[in-house]
Amino acid sequence: MKPPPFEYVAPRTLEEALDVLAERGFDAKILAGGQSLVPLLNFRLASPAVLVDVNRIPGLDGVRETEDGGLAIGALVRQRRLERDPAVARRSPLAAETAPFIAHPQIRNRGTVGGSLAHADPAAELPAVALAAGATMLVRKRDGERRVGAKDFYLSLMTTDLAPEEMLVEVELPPMPPRTGWAFREFARRHGDYALAGVAVLVSLDEGGACREARLVFLSAGDVPMEASEAGALLAGQEITESSIAAAAAHAAEKEIEPTGDIHASEDYKRHLAAVLARRALRAAAERARAGDGAGA
Amino acid sequence: MSGRHTVSVSVNGETRVREVEPRLLLSDFLRHELGLTGTHVGCEHGVCGACTVLLDGEPVRSCLLLAVQADGREIGTVEGLAPDPEKLHPLQEAFREAHGLQCGFCTAGILMTLVPFLEESPDPSEDEIRHAISGNLCRCTGYQHIVDAVRLAARALREA
Repeated sequence: MKPPPFEYVAPRTLEEALDVLAERGFDAKILAGGQSLVPLLNFRLASPAVLVDVNRIPGLDGVRETEDGGLAIGALVRQRRLERDPAVARRSPLAAETAPFIAHPQIRNRGTVGGSLAHADPAAELPAVALAAGATMLVRKRDGERRVGAKDFYLSLMTTDLAPEEMLVEVELPPMPPRTGWAFREFARRHGDYALAGVAVLVSLDEGGACREARLVFLSAGDVPMEASEAGALLAGQEITESSIAAAAAHAAEKEIEPTGDIHASEDYKRHLAAVLARRALRAAAERARAGDGAGA
Repeated sequence: MSGRHTVSVSVNGETRVREVEPRLLLSDFLRHELGLTGTHVGCEHGVCGACTVLLDGEPVRSCLLLAVQADGREIGTVEGLAPDPEKLHPLQEAFREAHGLQCGFCTAGILMTLVPFLEESPDPSEDEIRHAISGNLCRCTGYQHIVDAVRLAARALREA
């Protein structure tokens, strides 16, 4: 229950951190909030040779409203800030609504946005939000940077597209189209526990009030955040009614997600939960889309 | 870079300097290096909340923080709550009054979680209180007396 020995470096600039990763990336682990990594160290499930503590690097903890109407969130932004920062509420109300579901306040005070996205736990909330929002990851290494869409970022269980010498430095959320509503729902045995099932939803309406686009991304539903694109396609072009919502939710829960049973819940029960949560989230998102006049309204 | 690192931390307003291994957890630093055993260690993986302390005023798990990460920061522990040896903090007073503890193992972590909570929410509902302490496990009380204690403390702090 104590971490194994490791070398500790606390770079003061991003360049310095990327140098360490370039030289020793395979043996190194980035320490951001530490709310997943330190338990892994304490259990000795991870024993990196070098820990690169990025907490003292300036410039990674900004929240910026971008000119196109979107939002850029620095990798070191604490999860707690998502629920408090008015810029997040304006530009990504989905992220703001989701944040309080992440573990407990003590964890969110330390846990970072970039850490959660890069850790890629399929039960985590933020990867599902990133995928639903169509986020882009800004990734840096010593001699370059690239952008990766959330869709291409999550490869398999706890595995992202990040190379050992790379670091996620920012996530960019595109602006929400007009008449877009959002909702996040999850079910856990106690608040803050890993969710048995959860879903992030965005619904955009056309001028006539029919569904233009619907995105549903489930957590705890497979090896990666699971987008139910067929369910979204079922809704597109349709009026959003109780029966179209029920059909889409049922399709997602029965055909598109891949939950596995465990000691907390059987596969059947998780599919049942996913359908119930998807119906509730779609209903809430559609209502917000009808009430508002666009992003953040 | 391996080997020992110098850590200088302000703990309850007093600067403490030690040479430590980077793998030393802040919880163990407080208990074993500084002798501040009021911070309790339960699960050591961030679930139980017993080791909650304040880092620059915000509650965090001290078992999920390395002591070296606290270098240059301010830590608040339960030892710093009471204004003097003869007087308890209003929260501590309320916990005693309302039987908000039995064995006391979780109490320090709960108090450190609640101090900033009551500053932010001076008149919390029962629901908000239960939400605030959702990250702290208590195996004795069933939480009801803790909730009573928090309401009592909130009233006392508002009237103070």
